[in-house]
Amino acid sequence: MVAFDEMTGSGAELRPAYEALDRWLKETPADQLALRRSQAELFFRRIGITFAVYGDEDSTERLIPFDIIPRVLTKPEWTKLEKGLRQRVTALNMFLADVYGPKECLKAGIIPPDLVYRNACYQLEMVDFKVPHGVYCHIAGIDVVRVDADTFYVLEDNARTPSGVSYMMENREVMLRLFPELFSTHRVAPVDNYPDQLLATLRSVAPRSAPSDPTICLLTPGQFNSAFYEHSFLADKLGVELVEGSDLLVKDDVVYMRTTQGPKRVDVIYRRIDDDFIDPLVFRGDSVLGVPGIIGAYKAGNVTLANAVGTGVADDKAVYSYMPEIVKFFTGEEPILKNVPTWRCREPEANAYVLDNLEHLVVKEVNGSGGYGMLVGPHANKAQIETFRRKLKAQPEGFIAQPTLALSTCPTFVASGVAPRHVDLRPYVLSGANGISCVPGGLTRVALKEGSLVVNSSQGGGTKDTWVLDA
Amino acid sequence: MRIRISHTISYEYAEPARHITQILRLTPLDHDGQHVMSWRIEPSIDGRMRATRDAHGNVVHSFYADGPISSLSIHIDGVVETTDLAGVVRGGIERVPCDVYRRDTLLTEQDEALRSFAEETAGGAGTELSQMHALMAAVNGRMTCVDATGRTGVGAAAAFQAKEAIAQDIAHVFMACARHLGLPARYVSGYVAQAEDLPHANGAHAWAEVHFDDYGWIGFDCANAICPIDTHVRVAVGLDFADAAPVRGARQGGEGELLNVLVSAREAEGRLSNQ
Repeated sequence: MVAFDEMTGSGAELRPAYEALDRWLKETPADQLALRRSQAELFFRRIGITFAVYGDEDSTERLIPFDIIPRVLTKPEWTKLEKGLRQRVTALNMFLADVYGPKECLKAGIIPPDLVYRNACYQLEMVDFKVPHGVYCHIAGIDVVRVDADTFYVLEDNARTPSGVSYMMENREVMLRLFPELFSTHRVAPVDNYPDQLLATLRSVAPRSAPSDPTICLLTPGQFNSAFYEHSFLADKLGVELVEGSDLLVKDDVVYMRTTQGPKRVDVIYRRIDDDFIDPLVFRGDSVLGVPGIIGAYKAGNVTLANAVGTGVADDKAVYSYMPEIVKFFTGEEPILKNVPTWRCREPEANAYVLDNLEHLVVKEVNGSGGYGMLVGPHANKAQIETFRRKLKAQPEGFIAQPTLALSTCPTFVASGVAPRHVDLRPYVLSGANGISCVPGGLTRVALKEGSLVVNSSQGGGTKDTWVLDA
Repeated sequence: MRIRISHTISYEYAEPARHITQILRLTPLDHDGQHVMSWRIEPSIDGRMRATRDAHGNVVHSFYADGPISSLSIHIDGVVETTDLAGVVRGGIERVPCDVYRRDTLLTEQDEALRSFAEETAGGAGTELSQMHALMAAVNGRMTCVDATGRTGVGAAAAFQAKEAIAQDIAHVFMACARHLGLPARYVSGYVAQAEDLPHANGAHAWAEVHFDDYGWIGFDCANAICPIDTHVRVAVGLDFADAAPVRGARQGGEGELLNVLVSAREAEGRLSNQ
């Protein structure tokens, strides 16, 4: 399987966007590149940008490897991609408003109703509740992969609490410091206005009763969460308080933040706690991370939660397979971004095909995330395949399968020098009362192991800076 | 039957609580076979009470009280007129499609033992209704219902393994099996009036309901091995106990909580003076 290479296409040419970068790589002495790479690592260590790997007992905190060779997109490529992302996120928000409201798409047979109703992420608390300004998914991280010069597929819609945007910003920061010369030879679209856009988005969705300068806070599950660094980073950049559940209290359906000057009313909460843990009075009663009564305040219209509760029903992997129809139904347009062809194992014929072709397919758990609970057929051993065969027979509705995609590769520093490694891209799309915004680029993740297609940081992936060239 | 219900839930705190929030699902509604003649919920302390409806159609009271609170009791007093409809529930409010109740939840998660029990006892021939009756008999035969005082639920799978459980978990066992067999099943919390031939009729109780295309919702009380009759008063329904719990609460401070529950449900005698 020969994958499309971001720098060399099918292998023979040098794609124009990478010309200057290629020259720079060839002209810069190897020892200087090595020095810069170690400086980059030092920089990340010093700022303490780490993440935790669940189930890894040796170290709770690790550094995500950073590769100094950027991934480059041209302006026309990005323009098309951005148009597709806007369309997709518009459809996601309309879908959510519909399934929690009039349910037109279910009546029209666009998606089987039981896929929504039986979905644990379809939160009954949200049925017939009107979210502030009609926005459900304020922050979306849409994972896209490229398979050839013109084709991008959406691999996954992350509509709950997508993470990684701090890496997008820090990666650029490091590149600007270490390689200022590259930024004088390339016109790279900036990403440092992301916090401003996020703040504007959050302010725009404040309840109508809130003052013109609403109080916003970022609610984190705490320092043991794998993305805690990002939570504190974003709170700092946004200039809002970083709070844990115990820092908030709800009185008479109003949320207050404990401050040294006494309780302060909160209008908008950028929450990075999952639905299940956000309110022990409504969801899991054993949650000590959440805020008792916060759902009552939300439903009384006194506070906005971003993202809204119940967005998980839109990024569910089984619902994903219906996204092309969902996009068409709600926007009336052909989907600009393609879906990866997906077999729904809940359909007996599809499951039979999947069982016969396990060694060629990628099988994903419908409710899994972050590369956990996934089988990559071509890279799996017999025992792993047999385990999945048993799972698929016992509970077919819990899985989907996709062909093994030839994700594009990008030149990457490895032990032996520079070699192609598979990459994906997670752009961040913000939806507020005044429309959609999206900073150019996003987070490029790279599978550092040769031939590996799994880019998740929990599974040995790294990151790169992502450039959108203005000219 | 005219049933008088008196239910007092009392909390005492070794250290006074600074603030208490409670979500109460303690208000029955009218439907065929059940008419609420009078109903009062009265907290023993001052606070704010707000009534809403949840997705299942239950009346939900949110109660907020500021401290210092060293004791709190919620007193419920009411009279409900019931008729025996052999467990059939009609004329109530249904706000979500019954497919919702085919979901597995934490408390109704199935394991291999539950799945094969369901298939062996009820997976065979017969109508869905007769299958559910067979399942009810089998759950009743396997499980011993124990008094809930001082005990909390453990969920369907653990209860099934232990063979003895409180009423709510016996309902969970039944629901887990029914859902595995593809039928929508939901949890009911309510009251059962004392009656001679009902072994578990000591006031507060829990059972399950299953949805049939032909009949709608029908109740199954596995602890008593009957479909609810006029002794049963339905108060709240949900996906499981956690979703329909009579009280969910949170407090600041208030260490050393002591809970005491007094409940009685009896056939009302004579004419009621307060109607």
